[in-house]
Amino acid sequence: MQVKYLVKKEVLLEWRSKYALNGVLLYVVSTVFVCFLSFVSTKPVTWNALFWIIMLFASINAVSKGFLQESRGRHLYIYTIASPLALILSKTIYNVLLMTLLTLIALGFYMMVFSYVPEDLGLYLVATMLGSLSFSTIFTMISAIAAKAGNGGMLMAILSFPVIIPVIILLIKLTKNAIDGLDRSVSLDEIGLLVVVNVLVTAVTLLLFPYLWRD
Amino acid sequence: MYKTWWKIIASVLVIYSTVWGFLSSTPQLPILHESIRNLYFHVPMWFGMIVLFSISVFYSVKYLGSGKAEDDIRAVESVNVGIVYGMLGIVTGAIWARFTWGQAWSFDVKQNFAAIALLLYFAYLILRNAIDEEQKRAKISAIYNIFAFPIMVVLLFVLPRLSDSLHPGNGGNPGFNAYDLDSRMRMVFYPACLGWILIGYWIYTLKYRIRTLEKKQISA
Repeated sequence: MQVKYLVKKEVLLEWRSKYALNGVLLYVVSTVFVCFLSFVSTKPVTWNALFWIIMLFASINAVSKGFLQESRGRHLYIYTIASPLALILSKTIYNVLLMTLLTLIALGFYMMVFSYVPEDLGLYLVATMLGSLSFSTIFTMISAIAAKAGNGGMLMAILSFPVIIPVIILLIKLTKNAIDGLDRSVSLDEIGLLVVVNVLVTAVTLLLFPYLWRD
Repeated sequence: MYKTWWKIIASVLVIYSTVWGFLSSTPQLPILHESIRNLYFHVPMWFGMIVLFSISVFYSVKYLGSGKAEDDIRAVESVNVGIVYGMLGIVTGAIWARFTWGQAWSFDVKQNFAAIALLLYFAYLILRNAIDEEQKRAKISAIYNIFAFPIMVVLLFVLPRLSDSLHPGNGGNPGFNAYDLDSRMRMVFYPACLGWILIGYWIYTLKYRIRTLEKKQISA
């Protein structure tokens, strides 16, 4: 129950200011343009790698807002009325929604600008969904850690890059298969492993967050 | 003399494996030649690192339950020693790669992922430096340590299996046991692993004891 209200609160706050969504959208769009203007045309492999690098930085910016932007006062207020599990779940769910939306828009725009469509678009979409899921689960927890450490932006990058690299490697492999139009059964390993990583990260997050949240 | 027996065993094993590792006969193989003796030094480093990082996670979990400062010191000191082991593993690996694969850094998956795993633990140390308040530092870094551990396991044990590696036992290469048909190398390799793991544990206990003494001195 709490989770539902907390997600609603996040969405409502976002809808009122539209700051995170619009800000990150503009960020993605301008980065895609910068890439287009500097590359003009690319090989599919480069196209793919570039997409994930853009998404990596966009998602760090989008997700880290969750904890880093809220004041200590609001943290204290939420602490008194909601359970930590409900809070982290709601933040993660909200971030998954935000990232999914963002990734879809970014991918559409990216394909349009470079006028390139991956061979197996269905698999590519599955990969981007898995990607936004993994980015959200991992970055939500790391941003909570960085926020509690009280030294926002730089810590966020240092702490999250080594953690996200294995996921990025898997995603790039998976999307490379989609670009080459390989048979989908080839990619089952990567999909399975990404799901496992997500389950693992979510489980560890749920176990650890209550300790982190209690001051 | 505080529980010395295993320290003596550790020293004897490491001395034995170093001396006998250079003197004993090894299988004569193309490309590898005498560099095969690096097995006695390169691989034990990784085993030692894994053991030390596991000790660190164990004490981080314990810290979250107990909140005692000792557990935090144990966690950070074992990471410190584990990082030294990891760097030695990378260096011995790079020397080996230089003479067998042709380049010190051959962009082998295991090389890359080992380097990333070390980045995780450097991030852990930087996180510790970023927080001033002692208890807060202990708690937050314990949480990051536990969070990073499964990722490290995925990096070192799962991901390399998905792609070809130049390492033995990957990508169609025969495993090392195929080279060691008469088990002569095992007689040195297993003692070397045990010895280096124990030495790593010993260094960690020493560092832990020094840190606790320093802490007592400051508070006295």
